Amino acid sequence: MTQTLPSVEVLVIGFGWTGAIIAQELAEAGLEVLALERGQWRDTPTDFATTFAQDELRYYWRHDLFERLNHDSLTFRNNASQTALPMRRLGSFLPGSSVGGGGVHWNGQVWRFLPSDFVARSHNLARYGKAYVPDDMTIQDWGVIYDELEPHYDKFEYLCGVSGKAGNLKGVIQPGGDPFEGPRAREYPNPPLDMPYAPTLFAKAAAGLGRHPFPHPAANASRAYTNPLGVQLGQCTYCGFCEKFGCGNYSKASAQTTILPVLMRKKNFTLRTESEVLRIEKAADGRSVTGVTYVDAQGQEVVQPAELVILTAFPLQNVRLMLVSGIGAPYDPATGKGVVGKNYTYQMMSSVNVFFEDKLLNPFMGAGALGMMLNDFNGDNFDHSGLGFIGGGYVGLMQTGARPIETHPTPEGTPAWGSEWKKAIARDYLKTATISTHGAVMARRGSYLDLDPTYKDVLGRPLLRMTFDFSDNEHRMSDYLTDRAAEIARAMGPREIKLNRRKGPYDITPYQTTHNTGGAIMGTDPASSAVNTYLQSWDAPNLFVIGGSAFPQNPGYNPMGTVGALAYRTAEAIKTRYLKATRQPLAPA
Amino acid sequence: MPHYQVDRRSLLVFSAAACAAPLASAAAQFTGAGVIWQANQAAYPTAVDLSAHYLFFTPAEAAFVEAACARLIPSDATGPGALQAGVPLFLDRQMAGDYGKGSRWYMQGPWPKGLPTQSYQSRYPPAELYRVAIGEIDRAAGASFAGLSSADQDAFLKRLEAGTVQLATVDAKAFFALLLQNVMEGFFSDPLYGGNRGMSGWRMIGFPGARYDYRPYLLRYGQPFPLPPTAIAGRAEWTRGGRP
Amino acid sequence: MRRLPALAAPVAAAFALAAAPAVLDAQQMPPAPGPSPPPARADAQVLLGHHLAVLGDCEGCHNRHGGQPMAGGVPLPTPFGTIYSANITPDRTTGIGAWTQDDFWNAMHRGVRADGAKLYPAFPYPYFTHITRAESDALYAYLKTFPAVSYRPPPNKLPFPLNIRALVAFWNLLYFKPDKAPTTGPTAGEHIVRGLGHCGGCHTPKTFLGGDKTDHELEGGKIDNWFAPALTADARTGLGAWSTAEVAEFLKTGRNAKANGSASMAEVIRFSTSQMTDDDRAAIGDYLRAHPSHAAPVATPKPDPRTMAAGEAIYVDQCAACHAVDGKAAPTYFPPLPGAAVTQSIDPTTVIRFILSGTQTVATDARPTPLSMPSFGWKLSDDQVAAVATYVRNSWGNAAPAVTASQVRSLRRKIGKPVQKPSASI
Repeated sequence: MTQTLPSVEVLVIGFGWTGAIIAQELAEAGLEVLALERGQWRDTPTDFATTFAQDELRYYWRHDLFERLNHDSLTFRNNASQTALPMRRLGSFLPGSSVGGGGVHWNGQVWRFLPSDFVARSHNLARYGKAYVPDDMTIQDWGVIYDELEPHYDKFEYLCGVSGKAGNLKGVIQPGGDPFEGPRAREYPNPPLDMPYAPTLFAKAAAGLGRHPFPHPAANASRAYTNPLGVQLGQCTYCGFCEKFGCGNYSKASAQTTILPVLMRKKNFTLRTESEVLRIEKAADGRSVTGVTYVDAQGQEVVQPAELVILTAFPLQNVRLMLVSGIGAPYDPATGKGVVGKNYTYQMMSSVNVFFEDKLLNPFMGAGALGMMLNDFNGDNFDHSGLGFIGGGYVGLMQTGARPIETHPTPEGTPAWGSEWKKAIARDYLKTATISTHGAVMARRGSYLDLDPTYKDVLGRPLLRMTFDFSDNEHRMSDYLTDRAAEIARAMGPREIKLNRRKGPYDITPYQTTHNTGGAIMGTDPASSAVNTYLQSWDAPNLFVIGGSAFPQNPGYNPMGTVGALAYRTAEAIKTRYLKATRQPLAPA
Repeated sequence: MPHYQVDRRSLLVFSAAACAAPLASAAAQFTGAGVIWQANQAAYPTAVDLSAHYLFFTPAEAAFVEAACARLIPSDATGPGALQAGVPLFLDRQMAGDYGKGSRWYMQGPWPKGLPTQSYQSRYPPAELYRVAIGEIDRAAGASFAGLSSADQDAFLKRLEAGTVQLATVDAKAFFALLLQNVMEGFFSDPLYGGNRGMSGWRMIGFPGARYDYRPYLLRYGQPFPLPPTAIAGRAEWTRGGRP
Repeated sequence: MRRLPALAAPVAAAFALAAAPAVLDAQQMPPAPGPSPPPARADAQVLLGHHLAVLGDCEGCHNRHGGQPMAGGVPLPTPFGTIYSANITPDRTTGIGAWTQDDFWNAMHRGVRADGAKLYPAFPYPYFTHITRAESDALYAYLKTFPAVSYRPPPNKLPFPLNIRALVAFWNLLYFKPDKAPTTGPTAGEHIVRGLGHCGGCHTPKTFLGGDKTDHELEGGKIDNWFAPALTADARTGLGAWSTAEVAEFLKTGRNAKANGSASMAEVIRFSTSQMTDDDRAAIGDYLRAHPSHAAPVATPKPDPRTMAAGEAIYVDQCAACHAVDGKAAPTYFPPLPGAAVTQSIDPTTVIRFILSGTQTVATDARPTPLSMPSFGWKLSDDQVAAVATYVRNSWGNAAPAVTASQVRSLRRKIGKPVQKPSASI
């Protein structure tokens, strides 16, 4: 007998980074907020303590903090001519799990997209023409511009205590920062992190070639910091166990370290863990949502009505839940019609290892967003004429740690095992650095998400099916970035370098990033987007879908800064406008 | 003499506001109680049984594993190899535990052969894969892999690596990739899992281990890090009179 | 198969302490309600009563997990057994609804119940005896504004003959004299600390029968397997190095540049001191900082260099992550160790216990972040805990008696085995 609970004002599905942001904003505004999280409670001193956090096997390779695929996974294929097969073990991306979600194990790399990124279609068409934006490349303008997001970027950066150096203050370029960034109203809340040896060598070489290096903006606090909510973060200690690991000393921004101390004290906020939303329920006329049905820890189905539903379950689950709930028209790549699942995108990575003869770099010291970066080849910051691609990415030398199972680079031609291999890493481990490139992925007609016809999760629901590959645009872009990185590498005066280009079709095996974006994209037209500029569903005005799922395509930066900014913008729209006219669209179709 | 119970911090609130009717089931629910915490509790790791016997590998399998470890990371002038580092014990404990069972992997069928870009598609979780693969490798090697000379063992491993040896059912290349990955894990993971004995893997490359504060050293460009490696269970210097 | 070398025995033993993982019980008690604000439409007497209840931390003992405010039932562990606090709501049968103002005065002033029975000094009447009649009446009036709750606390768990209330008269003979002329002076701080605040209840050392050692008022007390530090002018082990403003900040926000409030003090800060007025906290600060210490000096010989070396290795590897290599940590975030009173307390129980089970800084409205120290009991042996405790107590200018492995062992037995939480994921 399914129990139906009393209705709540706001229901948040998924209590990760984005869920915590929206829950805090709406609870602070006095609303009664319930968050449902399928995972468990977890917090710093008991779950990511300094006493055992430094465990590369457990956290990096046995995936202790990530989603468990035996519970739920997805299927993958490069294109529709293949049969999608399950992702049986994690590799390319590492979705988060439980309270705090991916925010617990991310690196803390916080960026703003370029102003031109938000109008990628119109901008690139205008500048480069249809040859560069073919019909198959289904990129779209976002329906929001940089200037509208600026105060929300600022709010997220101050929430996290981002350590950085502004490059553009109200239109005035600042020395030491990123000259290509969009204008910002004020400096970062904390100064940049201390910079270790290798990134300074990179910066010197890059500047010598006329590039513009600057310190990576980092949600790793460079000093003990109290954020605007009154929550205290500790100082980063460069432990080198950042990405894939929980932070043991409160210095990496996450829901736990920036929001939960305040949110969990509110009497009008309730968190219910071990509660997995099966589907979002629609009203009989299909024009609004009434709440959710979820499965509790005992496996019982429970109906939880709500007046306002906010979906913050990470892009992959956001799209999957919309599909199983029948919200919005599913995308059909054959016809190009439908919106839910379309424009799934990712990130294209490559790297250059730099081997020094004589420079002790101590790469094991690091922080998640520590490095010297440059955006000379990102977005449309450079002239693409004759290059055959649009978009770009950042290039930088990061020092995030050098955990040995993961990181023991060897020069070209070195065997992967045996005495020669041993000799090489014993000689090179402390003297090797890696330049990475982090490239954009443009949306394509044939890269999308839908439901798999064969495989199911532990609750009997179809797995999400991911159909995705890089296109020629991405390969040309990535090769270009890799070549630019190699130029700087050579200028650093190493003994030798090794280029690690991204070749061939997209392979789900090696780890790349967890920047899965798109699938419930924002826009100005319900025929080509799933949500409007405030991430409000075109199909159900009392449903908001927040996360990287909103990106129509993925620029050459990490997504979380923009996800945070969008979340704050949506929260503001709900507080100042939606509540005055509930169940009304906030933007015209 | 007033006293306060130390563990009065709550984990649960059944808030009247949130549910007028009590929840029929028991979810964990938190309302207004602040960030919960329990003294003397943590998700700390379980050290494996380090005593010298195999829990999973049969003697024949152990012979293969030890021989393969001795070739993949040999003991030589650079330093101790995988055998000395305890990697066979590490592998055994991994196969005997959750990893071997693939308990966090999606193992539901069907299991058609996949493309390389679709990653692991065997119906076997790691432990079973090792079991089947080792049997097939020994048969493909003649009598047993362990019985071959070192040079022949190296040659065989190279063929496995390239996928140019045909095993009865197992994909040779995929198995080799898994084996090499697991051997690296055993060589470089924290010693509490059975490998990297004496932190020999870390010492070989200069990785300082389970540390958490490099602030005093970050800006000392080019200077060697002065402290020995430490593990989650510590190092010899943590005990009075302990010699490194 | 060749014999493998065992890990150093103490380390292996430490891990073996929790071989079987215990599942975290998701069904725990709800928190205690409160602190209660003053009722709406309160007259001056009730407002005064509310203020006094804050000073007295009534709710700290009378609000139980999952219960109603002032309904009692909180188990108070004493060395003699467990005593449950009384229901002091106006319920006529199970509470004090039938009590007169005189009855209430008798309880506060003499430790006698309305039915004439003696109250156990777990209810701190030896301190409350110092309040004036007018204050007692105000408290009485305030308590009357609470909803009457029908609830009978569990019977006390005291062994024979301690369960004979009449024997308290004997204890009173030794340790209690009603205050013949209670005043609200000589200073506000003294009145609070020695009266309703009953700070000495934890912070004054006790005789074997649980009475105050009045010659050593506020020089630190052992309680419930903790050591409550000295609140005297001693610069090393007390508040001598603190300013009044720092004391006030600690009491209001739960932390200051020198210390973080946690453990048993967390409840006091939550229900009582964070709800006081700034004047109250300043008055307390003035009084305590000037309170003389009559503690006999304790010899603190330089500890064994081998112990210090082991302690330093552990400290640098593990503790520096929050407390920094020089111990200076991050004031108001992570407490500095040089000059810290808890660190240098002669009795090392609190230091040992923090290391074994960790601790959570109290969350207050002003400072809501419960920055926490993780537990080390599962990974450090008794020797190692003793070494690192000795190290922090004797570095950076600190000086305090060394800690022994047997002290660690005996505290470990009392606080129980570490619980291994399963990894939280799905």
